[in-house]
Amino acid sequence: MALRNPSSFLNPLMFFVISISLFPIAISPESQTLSSIAPGIIWVITMLSVLLSLNSLFHYDYDSGVLEQMVISHHSLPLILLAKTSAHWILSGLPIIVLSPFLGMALFINIEGIYILILTLIIATPCLSLIGSIGASLVVGIKNSGMLLSLLILPLYIPILIFATSAVSQSQSNLPIDGQLYFLGFILILSLLVTPFLSALSLKISME
Amino acid sequence: MSKLKINNLSCQRGYNLLFENLSFELNSGEVLKISGPNGSGKTSFMKILAGLHSYETGSVEYGDAKINSEKYNLDFLYQGHLSALSPELSCLENLKYIAQLGNNNHNLDFSDALKKVGLEKFENELVGKLSAGQKKRIALSLLFITQSKVWLLDEPFSALDSKAIKIIETRIEDHCNSGGLCILTTHQECNIKNIKEISL
Repeated sequence: MALRNPSSFLNPLMFFVISISLFPIAISPESQTLSSIAPGIIWVITMLSVLLSLNSLFHYDYDSGVLEQMVISHHSLPLILLAKTSAHWILSGLPIIVLSPFLGMALFINIEGIYILILTLIIATPCLSLIGSIGASLVVGIKNSGMLLSLLILPLYIPILIFATSAVSQSQSNLPIDGQLYFLGFILILSLLVTPFLSALSLKISME
Repeated sequence: MSKLKINNLSCQRGYNLLFENLSFELNSGEVLKISGPNGSGKTSFMKILAGLHSYETGSVEYGDAKINSEKYNLDFLYQGHLSALSPELSCLENLKYIAQLGNNNHNLDFSDALKKVGLEKFENELVGKLSAGQKKRIALSLLFITQSKVWLLDEPFSALDSKAIKIIETRIEDHCNSGGLCILTTHQECNIKNIKEISL
């Protein structure tokens, strides 16, 4: 479906690439300056582009009535939502993971940092989609809910941002990052176990 | 034998009481038409039966199955105002997708269901390019493959021409003759045999 309507996943991806490529122009093209702030830049833009794509997670299905059929289906609603969120991650998180090494190199992150950047993105971008699905299901019936969605979801993204950027920054200085990775792994497991049920519950409330 | 019993149901949306003390029984083979002016709560009532809306007082009894239980959802087919079709998918893809969500016979030929509503030439056409009437026909072609016993059809005849209305009316009659139940809302005249009617 997304391939037949490519703007739904290409727009956030273009936003990701363009925003990151503007930072060297705006701040400084010096390698030392850029490499120290690059993890933060890439992670903040990743969050914003995932947030940008979250609006379309349930919106089209709500407008067409497919969401109603999902809610009253005899299949498990949390499982259906988990499948939808996985599809969202494949279209929003996975392309970011693929592009991030190139953008990381453009921002002078060293090779060790690039590996850790990819690793943190692999662990944490599914969390962004899973946590985002709760907010997206809560605001599904509200028009122009982008700002409300940001207010609901961004505070929940902050721990991921702190630990992911800290892991990449510390790896650039050859410091241990086990703690940060364990924390991100814990968030991923918790999100996988809890968010489908919370999304299902919020979706039922929104459909009322 | 399926039996649906509604006891003293009342529904409120915001500050508006849409209906109260609504009671009736519907047995296998019966069709019920719900009529009433705009805003009288017809769609809300259908959504309550489908398990999408809550109600203030009363109860809905369907054997020992509770609303939103797996058995209840398996036995109920709900078709609302919205056609539940994705414009990016073709007619056949949409039908397969919606069929997988509900209690449907996947061994049946989906092309045959489209043929029965006169859309055999549009199988691979994207739904986004079709007219409102054609979209409604695709949604209603699900009636030819569903195995659900209770059909809840909200305005099934809107946007349909007289030929399509006749096809759907015949399908509803066949369903009820084989022991099913059907509740529908419409502002139009129905030519379905032995149809009951209540007004909200």
